[in-house]
Amino acid sequence: MANLTFDALEKSYGGYHAVKGIDLDVRDGEFVALVGPSGCGKSTTLRMIAGLEEISGGEIRIADKRVNDLPPRDRNISMVFQSYALYPHMTVRENMGFTLKIAGCSKAEIDEAALNAARVLEIEPLLDRRPAQLSGGQRQRVAMGRAIVRDPDVFLFDEPLSNLDAKLRGQMRTEIKRLHARLGTTIVYVTHDQVEAMTLADRIVIMKEGRIEQVGTPDQVFNHPATQFVAGFIGSPPMNMVPAKVAGGALWFEDGTELPLPAAFEELSDGHEVIFGLRPDDIYPEGHGLDAGTGDIVNLQLTVDLSEPLGNETLLFIRFAGAEWTARMLNPRNVARGERLNFRIDMARVHLFDAATGCSLGRQ
Amino acid sequence: MKAMRLPPHVMLLLPAVILLAAVILFPLLLSLWSSFTPFRLTRPDSVWQFVGLRNYTRLAGDADFWVAFGRTVLLLTLALNLEMLFGLGLALLVERASRGQRVLRTILMFPMMFSPVLVGFQFKFMFNDNVGLVNNALQSLGLTDQAIPWLIDGKLAFIAILTAEIWSSTAVFAIFILAGLMAMPRDPLEAARVDGCTPWQTFRYVTWPFLMPFAFIAMTIRSLDVARAYDIITIMTDGGPAGRTEVLWTLIARTAYSDARMGIANAMAYVAILLSIAFTAIFFRQLAKARAQVAADW
Ligand SMILES: Nc1ncnc2c1ncn2[C@@H]1O[C@H](COP(=O)(O)OP(=O)(O)OP(=O)(O)O)[C@@H](O)[C@H]1O
Ligand SMILES: [Mg+2]
Repeated sequence: MANLTFDALEKSYGGYHAVKGIDLDVRDGEFVALVGPSGCGKSTTLRMIAGLEEISGGEIRIADKRVNDLPPRDRNISMVFQSYALYPHMTVRENMGFTLKIAGCSKAEIDEAALNAARVLEIEPLLDRRPAQLSGGQRQRVAMGRAIVRDPDVFLFDEPLSNLDAKLRGQMRTEIKRLHARLGTTIVYVTHDQVEAMTLADRIVIMKEGRIEQVGTPDQVFNHPATQFVAGFIGSPPMNMVPAKVAGGALWFEDGTELPLPAAFEELSDGHEVIFGLRPDDIYPEGHGLDAGTGDIVNLQLTVDLSEPLGNETLLFIRFAGAEWTARMLNPRNVARGERLNFRIDMARVHLFDAATGCSLGRQ
Repeated sequence: MKAMRLPPHVMLLLPAVILLAAVILFPLLLSLWSSFTPFRLTRPDSVWQFVGLRNYTRLAGDADFWVAFGRTVLLLTLALNLEMLFGLGLALLVERASRGQRVLRTILMFPMMFSPVLVGFQFKFMFNDNVGLVNNALQSLGLTDQAIPWLIDGKLAFIAILTAEIWSSTAVFAIFILAGLMAMPRDPLEAARVDGCTPWQTFRYVTWPFLMPFAFIAMTIRSLDVARAYDIITIMTDGGPAGRTEVLWTLIARTAYSDARMGIANAMAYVAILLSIAFTAIFFRQLAKARAQVAADW
């Protein structure tokens, strides 16, 4: 077990700057999820921790020890690769036991560890197969197994569940959470699935183009996104965002629609260009919302363009203020296309971002 | 009367079958037959005189033949294994080169472009005891002041021949193994590093198992054409002096053409072929095993 520190960490490939200075402190035993769009440098960061990628600038410390120049084998880390990286000539059992074999464990220990891992991952019947004889999801579980047979300082997971079906992914998510609870090992977990990030992580790191946009608990990044990018990235379906302008204590949208300026933003000066952000949960047909009862509610008559029933809820698509908005309808009933409904907007839950910088204007 | 007509597929195959029979099957059968006769080139009619296994039993008791046989097996074993080792080393080095890899690959193939006869002449010159490069170099370096009789002493000549043979054919292994290295997926290597392997362990447990099939393909191919070492040996020592470097191929050629004893030479040739088949079969089995290990990935 160990804490993990990045200090102005940088990586360039030739002329291409993939990671542009990351500062982060991961506490001992903490579960940190790295999220961000494809190509933002998540894998690169993870590979630098593992020692597979040369560090171009800054420093990584594991257990307060600088590891920049240590080879991977001296860092005591386990990694699940995005591409599985199984040994093609070894059976599943050998794949999972390999690291113990190298460490010089006895045959009995190795077999037991492999069997345990296989049991947890439900791949016992596959123990004597080779990777070529496995499906993508099975390979991914073997890759997981290879990481969890050991007791490293830090676990590194690079999208370990991306190839599993929804049910198995749910199961494995629980399994990872259980693993973390049991071992208490520091985990850095890369994913593009924000549900995984939200459910598993103690803290979420949102990256964009090689930089950190925000670090925070799932609650912080969801309820208090620091930037427009974070707000758009976290939450599904994504937050509705529409440009607007502050004028005379109100918000004016491009098509001339007007909404009152929420109380939290009263000090904004006239003429301020903003992005108005509202989660689908906070605009809902009357009687079908969370009704937190903040009192700051705006009622609107709007026409439903399209509805997507999901069973426990229905997503409604409506046109408002010159944009398409998504609204979430709880306890759904059938909604016909073109039906006019009375929508409620919870103004206390509105996010405003500076149109120029994308930074949040309050509610931090 | 109805003419007999062959079905079209037989008709179409017939020219090829006739051609193959004429150039391969017929000589093969003829030589097999003549190994059961006392056929001498100077007495053509002796080819019709069947003597059963007499040639073979005579060979069984022929010490010269068995010495040549043993020397051939030794040469094959040493040459193939050393070639594989050097080829592996070369391939690993070339694969490491970040620049100029193409040029290096081409250079690597140069020895394959030389005819074995030329290689023979070249090494005969280099190992010449008076004017050869090797002795010259050794003397200039002060390692010796004598003219080492490279091609005259039996053991030294064997080493000289082995050197020439290895020089000319290591490239085959290098190329095959390099192809394997280039086809090899990178990420298991990374996984191995994370799993705690030293570079040597990574090679031993991950790289080598993957390369093995490639090495065995090269082995198999080499075991089929290794008899071409005949050219090199003929030029360098011609099995001499006094049979000190005699191998099966030079012995066969001498018996057949100098002594004109075709019958017994063919018997030797069949023993040599069996030897060659045995080597090939061994490597083929190894290859199949290695491939089964890396499994259906290819
Ligand atoms: N070996 C390399 N050489 C040059 N550029 C590279 C190399 N590896 C990665 N990159 C670049 O670095 C950037 C970050 O890559 P990285 O693999 O870290 O992305 P990622 O966040 O893991 O994306 P994904 O979610 O798709 O896996 C990308 O733009 C990529 O093109
Ligand atoms: Mg990645």
